[in-house]
Amino acid sequence: MFKNKRNLLAAGVLLLIIVATITASLWLKFPPTHIDPEARLLSPSGKNWFGTDHFGRDIFGLTIVAARVTLFVGVVVALLSTVLGTITGLIAGYYKKAEFIIMRIIDGMLAFPALLLALALVAALGGNVTNIIIALTFAFWPVMTRIVRSAVLQVNNIQYIEAAKTTGTGDLVILFRYILPNVLSPIIVQGTFIFAKAILAEAALSFLGVGIDPSTPTWGTMLQESQVYITIAPWFSIFPGVAIVITVLALNMLGDGLRDAFDPHKKNQKKSTKKLFRNRKQKYA
Amino acid sequence: MSEALLEVRDLEVYFPIKKGVLKKTTGNVKAVNGLNLSVNKGETLGIVGESGCGKSTLARTILGLEKPTSGDILIEGESILNYSAKQMHRLRRDVQMVFQDPFTSLNPRMKVSEIIAAPLKAYKMTDNIEQRVKELMDLVGLKPEYHDRLPHEFSGGQRQRIGIARAIALKPKLIVCDEPVSALDVSVQAQVINLFEDLQKELDLTYVFIAHDLSVIKHIADKVSVMYLGKMMERSDSESFYNHAQHPYTNALLSAIPLPDPGKEKTRERIVLKGELPSPANPPTGCVFHTRCPIARDYCKENTPQLERKGNEEHEVACFFPIEKGMVEAGSENLLR
Amino acid sequence: MLEVKNLKVHLDTASGIVKAVDGVSFHVKAGETVGIVGESGSGKSVLAHSLMQLNPVPPATYPQGEIIFENRNLLDLKEKELRKIRGNEIAMIFQDPMSSLNPVFKIGNQLMEAIRTHQSMSRQNAEEKALELLKDVGIPDPKSRLNDYPHQFSGGMRQRVLIAIALACQPKLLIADEPTTALDVTIQAQILELMKDIQKKYGTAIIIITHDLGVVAQLADRVLVMYSGRIVEEGITGDIFYHTSMPYTWSLLRSLPRLDSDIHQRLKSIQGQPPNLVDPPKGCNFSPRCPFVTEQCLEVDPSLVDRGNGHRAACILSESEYEERKHEIQDIEREGVEQ
Ligand SMILES: Nc1ncnc2c1ncn2[C@@H]1O[C@H](COP(=O)(O)OP(=O)(O)OP(=O)(O)O)[C@@H](O)[C@H]1O
Ligand SMILES: Nc1ncnc2c1ncn2[C@@H]1O[C@H](COP(=O)(O)OP(=O)(O)OP(=O)(O)O)[C@@H](O)[C@H]1O
Ligand SMILES: [Mg+2]
Ligand SMILES: [Mg+2]
Repeated sequence: MFKNKRNLLAAGVLLLIIVATITASLWLKFPPTHIDPEARLLSPSGKNWFGTDHFGRDIFGLTIVAARVTLFVGVVVALLSTVLGTITGLIAGYYKKAEFIIMRIIDGMLAFPALLLALALVAALGGNVTNIIIALTFAFWPVMTRIVRSAVLQVNNIQYIEAAKTTGTGDLVILFRYILPNVLSPIIVQGTFIFAKAILAEAALSFLGVGIDPSTPTWGTMLQESQVYITIAPWFSIFPGVAIVITVLALNMLGDGLRDAFDPHKKNQKKSTKKLFRNRKQKYA
Repeated sequence: MSEALLEVRDLEVYFPIKKGVLKKTTGNVKAVNGLNLSVNKGETLGIVGESGCGKSTLARTILGLEKPTSGDILIEGESILNYSAKQMHRLRRDVQMVFQDPFTSLNPRMKVSEIIAAPLKAYKMTDNIEQRVKELMDLVGLKPEYHDRLPHEFSGGQRQRIGIARAIALKPKLIVCDEPVSALDVSVQAQVINLFEDLQKELDLTYVFIAHDLSVIKHIADKVSVMYLGKMMERSDSESFYNHAQHPYTNALLSAIPLPDPGKEKTRERIVLKGELPSPANPPTGCVFHTRCPIARDYCKENTPQLERKGNEEHEVACFFPIEKGMVEAGSENLLR
Repeated sequence: MLEVKNLKVHLDTASGIVKAVDGVSFHVKAGETVGIVGESGSGKSVLAHSLMQLNPVPPATYPQGEIIFENRNLLDLKEKELRKIRGNEIAMIFQDPMSSLNPVFKIGNQLMEAIRTHQSMSRQNAEEKALELLKDVGIPDPKSRLNDYPHQFSGGMRQRVLIAIALACQPKLLIADEPTTALDVTIQAQILELMKDIQKKYGTAIIIITHDLGVVAQLADRVLVMYSGRIVEEGITGDIFYHTSMPYTWSLLRSLPRLDSDIHQRLKSIQGQPPNLVDPPKGCNFSPRCPFVTEQCLEVDPSLVDRGNGHRAACILSESEYEERKHEIQDIEREGVEQ
């Protein structure tokens, strides 16, 4: 899939951000803890590339370090939602009896907009990284359940599942050896999108002031703090904003790329000997 | 009939038709509608019928993948319908299936060796498993070197061989083959049919062999049953069946198959059935075939014929007015339009 | 009427250039039925589609050849001119009757549209014509069925409607690509009868494509046998079946399960698989599977050789060599059975 320039670019950008934020302490000239009252709200210059904030901290360094928590929240939310959604989706898709209960719960949760749900939860739990992760996971996993379940329903109808049953293969083996590998692609694609959505949602919550404690630098908290200075120091808002846009864009591009890469129709697959006999079924349907 | 390996008694399998928001059952698709059959050890029973007549449903029910609405299925004289999960698991060793579509019946993400080993693992027969898989591949005519390839690297015929290897891995007694050669190329069909015959001899297998083509059945079956709308129209040993088919439907099926012989085709008399297969949700009254039957009388609309012996001992027909020998060939007036 | 000269159609795919049609020449005379047989992937559909330039471009390219229809080379025509010919002078019916009709329009409208695209006619007249056509193709109660949608028709009925649409403009040539493969045998028998009747009534030339040699035996005046993108044998139907001169056709005929064989008779299968069209074998394409194979076959790519009476076969063996080899094979088989 990396033959495609777009995918390569997206993956490159993400990798760069991740490496930069992890290794930040090794190479940043001005650590974000470095407060300089003399140099408050300076505009971008050769010394402070992105300018400085109201404490005189270097915004470039701040943006880089803030990526840490932001990406951490995104990754963990994406992973947790994927795991939860996959397990519930597999169960709901495979066991007819469990399906009804799980899907009613999911439908109920999906009736609320995800952000509103998260907002309510954070308001109830209090704003810190753990709670934000819990709230966002709660908001996003139902979508994953849905997607996994419908993929499972499709795969479950394919004959090799039936064949596995007739050879005496147990349910667990069927779920994890036969079904899961064949529904992995929508899971990975959706996981990438949840990653992107979680970053946006974290920023939105923090911006609204219910998110992560403002003393922890994230792109969201930076945006929130910069609000007051938007007219006199627009760079304070612009750079974390641009960071969010770039990351989310890259993730979405990657997700699309993955989707295309997994899509069998886009690959040049071997033509089946007699696809026609598959149509015979539909004839009297 | 104590030697029957498989017996199916008065089997009915209905699928409810659900309509509307409330999913109310408004009727039933009578996929299998009162069917009897029995297969002896070492025999091949051929089952033919048109699309939608319930062949696959019958196969799936024998394998326990579909619950019958009523009736009974006996394997070696024992009813399997009330088997516990554990008993079912044990039974699965003895009854295996080969599927119609070699493209969807193999997990695309498993290697050939894993596919063939799956049944062995399910029954914890893991001693010498690699050796066993290679033997099986060899037996069905696949090069053992190919064991770590994925299904998409094989052609349709080779994939069907993989499916067959998987089915014989547990040394089953009965294999239900649901149109195993229908999806294959003409030039490859013969290879697979021959493979089935060879394996039967070698492993002492019993087959229920489903097809929609009476010419395929002729090469493999010892007994033949003809299905129409979930019911059995005629059953017989092959000899008597192909020598003198008695049901008008069977005769129509036989005469519909084009012969690869232009000379015979030119002079051949054939019954061309009118109309289409009625819906199994709403089968005709009386004899289910009367709507398309060239010799149906009013009597057939009201009375349902049962399978009965006519003449030959092993030859049964569900028809009030079976066709006499030579009638079709002679182009008898009332048979042919 | 139609003459195809040394036609090549290549498909440019990710795994390489597929030589789907590789130098095919044949002709169709007015009013005759030509059968094209061959196994899956031998290029039958690509050939049929190329006659009407219906192959998607890309991947299809036409590096060589001519398709002469009534003194015009179809390969030189512009899309607009082609459209005039399609459906009007050459019509086509496809294998899959389910996807060839538009599900959101009534059968009657689709038929009338087909009629009025090529002929100026009032709605009234078009409807009458549509009714007549439906009656011709054997749809019971055609008047009420004009207002039905495709999903209310079964597979066999839809194929009848497609034939009616194809006949709407009284084409000179009808190309039928596996018209009965998706249908049951009893329905297939109906459709084949219908095609015979139609030919009598309309005098249309028919190219029937199929993998079923039985269908060909029943319908065709002449037969073309295709193997891996080439015609390997051609002749009048009787010659192909009774005086087969090409090992592939011979093996294929022997491998067929047939109703007029003995019970439990063992089939004489062809070994191996059809060749890969991206990288065909050296020499004769059939040589890896051929029971007649000689050392020369692995080197020389045979061209069609005339055997008289318009019978041509692509095999380097001479007639006597071929017969001799055939008897040898049969003798060996007989010994094998006796042992
Ligand atoms: N799960 C199901 N739910 C509802 N109807 C079904 C189901 N399975 C099969 N049917 C219906 O039951 C009838 C018999 O189907 P079945 O698949 O047994 O036919 P078949 O003889 O195998 O046909 P084919 O030759 O097309 O494979 C058909 O009308 C079909 O639509
Ligand atoms: N759109 C396409 N892109 C790539 N390859 C194609 C395409 N269409 C056909 N082919 C290839 O061209 C070759 C000839 O295909 P074609 O459809 O003509 O076969 P056929 O003889 O009609 O077979 P069938 O009996 O399955 O219809 C095959 O190898 C096929 O894989
Ligand atoms: Mg079936
Ligand atoms: Mg084709």
